[in-house]
Amino acid sequence: MSDASSVTVIHRPLWRVRLELFWKSVRTNWALFIENPIGVIGLAIILFFALMAVLHPILMKTVWDPTVYDPITGYDFEILRHPAPPSARHLLGTDPLGRDVLSQLMYSTQTEFILGVVAALITVTIGTLIGALSAYYGGVIDTLFMRLADLVIMLPFISILIVLSALFKLNMLKLALVIGILSGFGGVTVIIKSQALSIKVKPYIEAARVAGGGDWHIIVVHFIPNLLPLSFLYMMFTVTSAIFSEAVLSFFGLINIRMSWGIMIHTTQTAGYLLNVGQYWWLVIPAGLAITLLCSAFYLVGRALDEVVNPRLRRR
Amino acid sequence: MTRYVLRRLVQIVITFFLFQTLTFFLLYAQPGDIANQYLLNPNLPPDAAERLRQELGLDKPPHLQYIQYMKNFLTGNLGVSFTNYPRPVIDIIKERLPRTLVLFFTATIISFYVGFALGKVLAWRRGGLFEYGVTVVGVTLYTVFTPWFALMMIWLFAYKLNLFPTGKFVTPTLWQNAPVDANTVFGRMIYTGILGSVVAFVVYLLVRRLPPPTRNMSGILAVLAGLLGMVIPWVQSPLARYAVDILWHMVLPILTLTLISFAGTMLLTRNSLLETMREDFILAARAKGLPEKVVRDKHAARTALLPVVTSLVFSLAFAIDGGVITETMFSWPGMGLTLLNAVVQEDIPLAMGAFSFTGILALLAHLAADLLYAYLDPRIRYS
Repeated sequence: MSDASSVTVIHRPLWRVRLELFWKSVRTNWALFIENPIGVIGLAIILFFALMAVLHPILMKTVWDPTVYDPITGYDFEILRHPAPPSARHLLGTDPLGRDVLSQLMYSTQTEFILGVVAALITVTIGTLIGALSAYYGGVIDTLFMRLADLVIMLPFISILIVLSALFKLNMLKLALVIGILSGFGGVTVIIKSQALSIKVKPYIEAARVAGGGDWHIIVVHFIPNLLPLSFLYMMFTVTSAIFSEAVLSFFGLINIRMSWGIMIHTTQTAGYLLNVGQYWWLVIPAGLAITLLCSAFYLVGRALDEVVNPRLRRR
Repeated sequence: MTRYVLRRLVQIVITFFLFQTLTFFLLYAQPGDIANQYLLNPNLPPDAAERLRQELGLDKPPHLQYIQYMKNFLTGNLGVSFTNYPRPVIDIIKERLPRTLVLFFTATIISFYVGFALGKVLAWRRGGLFEYGVTVVGVTLYTVFTPWFALMMIWLFAYKLNLFPTGKFVTPTLWQNAPVDANTVFGRMIYTGILGSVVAFVVYLLVRRLPPPTRNMSGILAVLAGLLGMVIPWVQSPLARYAVDILWHMVLPILTLTLISFAGTMLLTRNSLLETMREDFILAARAKGLPEKVVRDKHAARTALLPVVTSLVFSLAFAIDGGVITETMFSWPGMGLTLLNAVVQEDIPLAMGAFSFTGILALLAHLAADLLYAYLDPRIRYS
C-alpha cells in the first residue's frame, strides 16, 4: 500500500473532468462539421422539418379548426370542388378527399421522424452490440453474425418489405422494428465490427484486462463508447432508408398507416390525378419533395459526419 | 483463382439455402395458416385447392413441409399462380426474368461508368463550386423518392415532351399483326446484345496491341465495333421495327434507374480517390512531371477502383430495389412489377416465386461482383 499523500490530489470530481472533456470533443467535432457546407445544408433541412413537426399540434390548437384541417378526417365544406388549388385558406390546396394538404404534410412529418428515430435506434443498438461482441470474442459468434450479415446485405430490402407486407399486416411500429432489425444485422454490423477490431488491439484494452476488467466491463466501458461516433453516423443512413422504405410501401398502399407522405401520393394515385402533375401539382410535388428533402438531408449529415469521424477524408 | 471461385460458389449455394429457408419461415410464420391462403381463395376451383394442399403437404408436420418446399423449389415446381390460374408460377417467371435482367444490367453498367468518371473529376476538383453542385444533385437523385422521380420523368419526357412512351413493354397497335411474339424478338435482342459486347471486348483487346496513336482510341473503337455488332444482324431483318419498339420503351426506365443510382458510385469513387491521392506514389508521379490527367487516370484512379468495386456489392441490392420500383412505375412487365402485383392481389405463390428469384438475382450479382474484385486485386486470390 502506497502512502496517500504521494498521490496527486485531484481537486475536481471525476464526472466534471469527463464532462469537460466531452464538451471539448463536441466543440472540436462541431468545428469540423460546420466546415463542410454539405452537412450544414442537411442540418438546416432537418431543423426545418422538425419545426414543421412541432408546429402542427400548436396550429391545430390555435389557428386551424379541427373539423376542416384535421389531416385524416377533416373536410372543407365551403369549397365545392376538391382537390382545390392553393389559396389563402389552404396554402397548399386540398386533396381529392377535401383535406388540407399542408396540414397532412406537417402531421406526417412527426410520423416520419418517430419512424426514422425508432428504426435507427434499434439498428444502432443491434449493430453496435453485435459488432462489439463479434470483434471481442471472434470465433463462432463472429462467423455466425458475419455470414448472417452477408446474407442480409445481399438481399433487396424493399422487396423483402413488400413480401412481408403481403404476409403480415404491418403498421408503423412493426415497420420500424423490421427495418431496424434488418439493417441492424446487415452492413452496419460489419462496419462497426471492423472498427471494434482496431480498438481491440489498443494498449488501453490490454491495460484494462491487466487491471482485472471482465469481458463485459471491457465491452461496455471501453468498446462501446469508442464505437458510438461511428454508430451515430450510421444512424443517419438508417433514418434515410427507413423514411424511404416507409414512403415506398405506403405509396404502393401496402402498410396500415393512417397518414404519411407516401399515403398522400397514394391517395392522389387512387383518385386518378397522378399523371396530371402540371394541373394538380400540389397533390404530388409537396409530398414527394418532402420525402426527397428529408431523406437527402439525413444522408448529407451522415456524409459530413463521415468526414468528422473518418480522419483520412479530412482536408488536413 | 479456381480455388477461390469454387469456394465462393459453395458459399453462394449455402447462402441460397439459408435464403430459401428464410422464405419458408416467412410463409410458415404468417398469421393464420398458409392453407387458408390457398383454400379460401374464390378464384380457385375446389378440386385444384385439394390438389394444392397435397402438393404442399399442408397436412404434414412442419419439418416435412419444409423438405417438401425445398424439393418443390429445386424441381421448379413453384405452384400455380392464383391470378393467372392455371398458369404455373415458373412459367411466368421464365417470361419476365430476362426483361428485369436486361434493365438491371444495362442500368448498373451505365451508372457505374458514369459514377466512376464523375467521381474522379470530383476528387480532383475538391472544394470547388462544381463539387458542391454535383454532390448536392447526386445525393438528391440518390435519395430521391424513386416512385415520385419516375413519375416526374414520365410526366416530363412522355407526357409533356412526348418523346417516349409512358410505360409498358411494347406498343399494342404496332404488334397486332406481328409475325412473332414480343418474347421471341426480345430473346434475339439479348443474343445480339451479348454478341455486340463480345465483339467490343475482342476489338478492345486487339486495338490495345497496336502502336500508341491508335491505341489511345481503343475505348471509342471498341464501343463503335460493339454497336456495329449489335446493329448488323438486324439490318435486313423484318423484325427490326419491333426491336426498335422495345428499345424505345426501354430508354426511359434505364435513364431513370441510371440517374437514381450513379451517385452512389460517384461519391465512393471520390472518397476512395481522395485517400489514394495522399499516397506517396502519386507524389512521385507528379514529381516525374506527368500531366495531371495521366496521374489521375492511370495512377490514382486504378488504385481507387478497388474499394469502389467492393461497395458495388453493397449497392447491388439497392439497384435491384430501385429496379422493382422503376418497373412498377413504368409498368415494365419484369420481376418487380410481378412481385408487387402478386402482393397486392394476395397471390402468395407468385409473390414467393418472384421474391425467390429476386433473391437469386441478388446472390448471383453478388458473386459476379466478388469475382470481378478477385480478378482486379491479386491479394484476394491468394489469401
